[in-house]
Amino acid sequence: MILQALAFYVFAAVAVAAGIMVVTARNPVHSVLFLILAFFNAAGLFVLMGAEFLAMILIIVYVGAVAVLFLFVVMMLDIDFVELRQGFVKYLPVGGLIGIVLLIELLVVVGGLVALPESKAAIAEPVARQGNLTNTAMLGRLLYTKYVYLFQAAGLILFVAMIGAIVLTLRTREGIKRQDVKRQLGRTRAESVELVKVKPGEGI
Amino acid sequence: MWEIGLGHYLTVAAILFTIGIFGIFLNRKNVIVILMAIELMLLAVNINLVAFSWALKDLVGQIFTMFVLTVAAAEAAIGLAILVVYFRNRGSIAVEDINVMKG
Repeated sequence: MILQALAFYVFAAVAVAAGIMVVTARNPVHSVLFLILAFFNAAGLFVLMGAEFLAMILIIVYVGAVAVLFLFVVMMLDIDFVELRQGFVKYLPVGGLIGIVLLIELLVVVGGLVALPESKAAIAEPVARQGNLTNTAMLGRLLYTKYVYLFQAAGLILFVAMIGAIVLTLRTREGIKRQDVKRQLGRTRAESVELVKVKPGEGI
Repeated sequence: MWEIGLGHYLTVAAILFTIGIFGIFLNRKNVIVILMAIELMLLAVNINLVAFSWALKDLVGQIFTMFVLTVAAAEAAIGLAILVVYFRNRGSIAVEDINVMKG
């Protein structure tokens, strides 16, 4: 139990510290790297809560895809980050005020959290533990039966996002030689081969 | 202190969400960091969902977390694609000038 609590405190502290560094780091590349750290620690928290599958998905999807995408964009675009930092101090008081008010509100809600007795009774446990199935197997049983249409819709969302990203960033630049298969196949012998009579001793 | 309950996880999620909001206000000019702050807020929401799923012994919260993850990944891809196109056209990513996209 103490080991679990220690793990929780370490993961939570590192996640919060990394989150703070994400929004305050001078260099956006460092921001992305701290974002990766925050996601790793959130995955640790997920494991502590028994959601192993989601923890692995978080690492694969976020660290493997989204964070690399961010890193790619930050490094590809030639941006003057010093100019973008201007106004940082100006926005600090109002941002800090709103943040603190919001945090106090949220903590008051969390602190006042009381589970109603009838809600406890209402919480059925149909999917809590089905025998000794793993977390992944239980998620799969629920996802592929009851929520299969939502699962398909999620796939559709990813598909639309993929097409959208490709359409947005695809461009045909002028002056670049490309292979044009139709033109290549449409060439006739007459337009490509020329027979030249060369007189001896003169050249063309 | 050594008994980790629902409140502990909700507190962490609340702090992370607040950091996300704070980051949006702090980096008003840098769209990339704003997108990262949004990712942090979505992560806080995911922690909340998984915490309730764990406390209520109901797996639906984890299913919903997967859908939130899907939408977050799609959002990051589209947002960064728009950002790349915008940078190609304008040569900067200053948020103040984004209203030129109104056309």
